Amino acid sequence: MSVTTIQSIAPAIRLLNRLRIGRDLPLLPLAILVPFVLIAMFANVIAPYDPTEPIPGAKIFEPPFWAPGGSVHTLLGTDYQSRDVLSRLIFGARVSLIVGVVGTIVAGSIGTTLGMLAGYIGGWVDQLIMRVTDAWLALPAIVFAIFLATMVGPSMWNIVIILGCVYWTRYARVIRGEVLSLREREFVKLAEIAGASRTRVILRHILPNVTNSAMVLASLTIGVVIIAEASLSFLGVGVPPPQPAWGSMLADGRSMLMVGDWWLTIFPGLCILLVVLATQLFGDWLRIRLDPQQRNL
Amino acid sequence: MGQFVIRRTLYAIVTLFILSLTIFTVVRLTGDPVTLMAEPGAQEADLALVRREWGLDRPWPVQYAAFVKNILTGELGESFNYEMPVSTLYFQRLPNSLELALAATLISFVIGIPAGIVSAVRVNSVWDHVGKTIALLGLSVPGFWLGLVMILVFSVWLRWLPTSGQGGWRNLVMPAVALGWYFAASLLRLTRSSMLEVLRSEYIKLARLKGLPAFAVIAMHAFKNALIPVLTLAGINLVVMLNAAVIIEVIFAWPGIGRLLYEGIFQRDFPLVQGVVMEAGVMIVLINLLVDILYAYIDPRIRLTR
Repeated sequence: MSVTTIQSIAPAIRLLNRLRIGRDLPLLPLAILVPFVLIAMFANVIAPYDPTEPIPGAKIFEPPFWAPGGSVHTLLGTDYQSRDVLSRLIFGARVSLIVGVVGTIVAGSIGTTLGMLAGYIGGWVDQLIMRVTDAWLALPAIVFAIFLATMVGPSMWNIVIILGCVYWTRYARVIRGEVLSLREREFVKLAEIAGASRTRVILRHILPNVTNSAMVLASLTIGVVIIAEASLSFLGVGVPPPQPAWGSMLADGRSMLMVGDWWLTIFPGLCILLVVLATQLFGDWLRIRLDPQQRNL
Repeated sequence: MGQFVIRRTLYAIVTLFILSLTIFTVVRLTGDPVTLMAEPGAQEADLALVRREWGLDRPWPVQYAAFVKNILTGELGESFNYEMPVSTLYFQRLPNSLELALAATLISFVIGIPAGIVSAVRVNSVWDHVGKTIALLGLSVPGFWLGLVMILVFSVWLRWLPTSGQGGWRNLVMPAVALGWYFAASLLRLTRSSMLEVLRSEYIKLARLKGLPAFAVIAMHAFKNALIPVLTLAGINLVVMLNAAVIIEVIFAWPGIGRLLYEGIFQRDFPLVQGVVMEAGVMIVLINLLVDILYAYIDPRIRLTR
């Protein structure tokens, strides 16, 4: 084999090596998350009915198709307005995933920024940021979220902002702690001596070194945010009707629980459970991958 | 020690000050609380009247001073709907919430601590995996959904337990499990990691070397020391459960603090909502301060760190 052949296939080998990341992909979480993400993205195409409109000719509280009285037209039954439960679940996936992901990004951005500023600048900036963090951490997250949601008024994007504002505190604490030790490391000292501005040091030297922690925290926050959104919607201060959300579907189904209309309660809850479970497992996988010290714990 | 206590107390006061400022600002920044309180479509003249009655026409600093005064006198303002001080309402509900929170703590102990110990003593065994599964489900199964499913199974299908309300232990079982579920998972993980840490320590090695039976090492030496952080967490969890059990109390029609907050939201009673949230913050800041001081008392090293 000539030298040139080896050189020409080298990029291909490198690519293959890179693709071998796939060896230890977290199969179970992906097997759950990928379908949910696809369903949420293509909800308009997949959903058999309009999730907000009653189905003409369908009865209210039809059970799923396999139960006596069920119909194959509405596979998972209908709700109190004879709307299709399956279609509402499909569109509800969109709400849960958008709120979970965007809310986490908002929380992560606020928390990481404030944590870096507090840790790197120190002094009164640190004191101010950390005292606010303490104060906001003092309230149970769900109580704080309910309070904000009541005051701001319901809408999906408001909920995204609210949950972002409630869950940033943990990032701020963790990131600040890491920056405190990074600040003393030589590469940061050298950058400072070389005359790099504070902004440059934070963006070029500190930020890349805290991204791993922020990512791990984020993967563990998504599930918490999704449950928080469901809780707010359940209480009627989350995503407003008629927009379908899993939490408000649970609230709608609650009155019919007593007569045994189980499908209105079981299906939305199972969806929440599966998505949150998958994000938690994914987070565990990510943590072990990004932080070798955690592998033995 | 005295200096430590003073510093921590000052921190707690600053924390409460920022918290009060946050709550005060949020209520006013996000619009006029009067429009939140009034029926939709109320006349402007009526709104102005309500505004004056509640002192909302005064400048913000004056309003804030009044708000702080209400906190310091312990009244937390007057509920719009009940026409009673919020603190009276809060402390009326407190015993009910305490009953539920204690039961939930018991549940979280019964599930979390034994499972945590077994997974730490037998790392990577079947039991460890069972423990990990419980911990994972504790975070993934929303407690309120668990409550709904339990109502379906035990009240509607099996007719073993009443669906809601307060009364004997039969009313308490389901809400306590639904509430304690999440906290069981967090206790389990803390017990496990705390036990693992203690089991690696020198004095456990010594206890083993001198030939104590494994059970005695774990029960008498390891568990006792691993228990300190676990009990601390349980204490903080208890205070959180008192204040944060909103959905569980709504589902099971439990007349506690969480339901008071929920009623406040739906009756557009913003002084009540604001007061209950503030009281929750005060209680949690105080328990954290207490824990900090107790820890410093037990362990002198803590006093020296900032």
